[in-house]
Amino acid sequence: MRLQHRQRHFMPGFGISLGYTVFYLSLLVLIPMSVLGLKAFSLDGKVYLDILRDPRTLAAFKLTFGAAFAGAGINLVFGFIVAWTLVRHPFPGRRMVDALVDLPFALPTAVSGIALTTLFARTGLIGRVLEPLGIQIAFAPAGVIVALTFIGLPFIVRTLQPALEDLDPEYEEASLSLGASRLRTFLTVIFPSLRPALLSGFALAFARALGEYGSVVFISGNMPMRTEIVSLLIMGKLEQFDYDGATALAVMTLLLSFMILLLLNLLQWRLGRRTQQGG
Amino acid sequence: MFVKNNDSSWPKYCCIIITLLFLAVFLVLPLVVVFEEAFRGGIAVYLAAITEPDARAAVVLTLLAAVVAVPLNAVFGIAAAWVLTKFEFRGKSLLLTLIDLPFAVPPVIAGFLFILCLGTSGVLGPWLDAADIRIIFAVPGIIIATLFITFPFVARELIPLMQEQGVEEEQAARSLGASGFKTFWHVTLPNIKWALLYGIILCNARAMGEFGAVSVVSGHIRGVTNTMPLQIEILYNEYNFPAAFAVASLLALLALVTLAVKSALEWKLRRERLLSSFEDGIIGEQPSHEY
Repeated sequence: MRLQHRQRHFMPGFGISLGYTVFYLSLLVLIPMSVLGLKAFSLDGKVYLDILRDPRTLAAFKLTFGAAFAGAGINLVFGFIVAWTLVRHPFPGRRMVDALVDLPFALPTAVSGIALTTLFARTGLIGRVLEPLGIQIAFAPAGVIVALTFIGLPFIVRTLQPALEDLDPEYEEASLSLGASRLRTFLTVIFPSLRPALLSGFALAFARALGEYGSVVFISGNMPMRTEIVSLLIMGKLEQFDYDGATALAVMTLLLSFMILLLLNLLQWRLGRRTQQGG
Repeated sequence: MFVKNNDSSWPKYCCIIITLLFLAVFLVLPLVVVFEEAFRGGIAVYLAAITEPDARAAVVLTLLAAVVAVPLNAVFGIAAAWVLTKFEFRGKSLLLTLIDLPFAVPPVIAGFLFILCLGTSGVLGPWLDAADIRIIFAVPGIIIATLFITFPFVARELIPLMQEQGVEEEQAARSLGASGFKTFWHVTLPNIKWALLYGIILCNARAMGEFGAVSVVSGHIRGVTNTMPLQIEILYNEYNFPAAFAVASLLALLALVTLAVKSALEWKLRRERLLSSFEDGIIGEQPSHEY
């Protein structure tokens, strides 16, 4: 007994749980990812050049990253208001509204795709209102943004909520009672302490939006050069059994999104350090 | 405090109104549309659409994929959370990052990974062909793609909780002579059961709803390799809207059940965490008396 106490791993099952974790992870994730990596290296440079020269590629990348950015940005504003209301302003039915925020996460993307399309199409409930104003959402780039906003909402609200719960209202009250305006209080007291949470929520929503396929394919109309996202471009290559082209596109997408996510993480890490030093 | 009462009520109502409007447009309306369109043709059309053989086959395949994928990923989640929270070892943070990797891989690319590995012209293709095993454009491919997409869900829910709970209780059980398995079964499992269920619910929702990855590996063979989301796509593209929305309404129902169970579990988890932090508070104070 006493001997066991001194053993480094007094807790049982280190070997088996580590072994199983690494085995399962390798089988399902690491080996398939490496196969893609190896295939990417073995490709002729011409494949990449062809893809890069194709104007459809550039248009799809612009739309995918741009719409993901816009969707996450819209969510930053409205997600903040939603989170703020849910934490600070109790109203009847708040628990139900709070539960509903996770709907985009729980609703299969194909379902949200056809529902949003029906809603925003010319004959739809919302499309009917916007159409006379000259605003086209479904089958236009704006539709992609709408779908990605829908998908990203829970990510921002759920990262902001705990941060807002930790925020003590006394600081704002102090700032207000010292004569600062509401805007100034928001910008100098509330916003700085929420920055890390806003950033990580943005990163999560952005990452999810980059890969989103199901909800976008229905509402976008999939017009080359106009409303075609990268995932759809890859899908097209796969349908023609052009696996080289699909590999090149996939690797470019993955590298670009990993780089952006790394950048956001670095930014967050620096912000976190600054806040800690400041506090 | 005076500030709160008189002039700060307008921002409050503004916030509530904007929140309710935004959520009504983006969340409630799509949900309403699904059921409205599904029942537009009446109950008879609805029932016919969801009991038609292809739709039934899609339901069965969706359930099959979830029944295989969810338990496998739950076992993995427990193993991963156990090793990552109960032990210190080199490479721990790398392992943690790698577990999250499938979240950062777009579903279409995820499906493509398995075509590259297991497809006819893939790495294992010739070998699988020789053994007459078909994975891509067949049911096993759908299950594997689902496994990849739902891979981190259970682990993700368990790791923070088990980190918080530490190892004291397990160590106590061990020093009292409990075996490793008994320690896990009687000490750890009761502590994590709600979080585990929470992870399983999320994992299941994603498993049944996955579209992109499954679409790539399915080959869209009606009645054979179509899951419910794929069946919705086919029906919708054929302009058979009532049938598409009828199948969609089943998945929307699943989403609503998921949300209900999820918020019930969240409430339970929060209460349990409060209780345990309360107990910790009492136990934590004792040593200070000793010194």
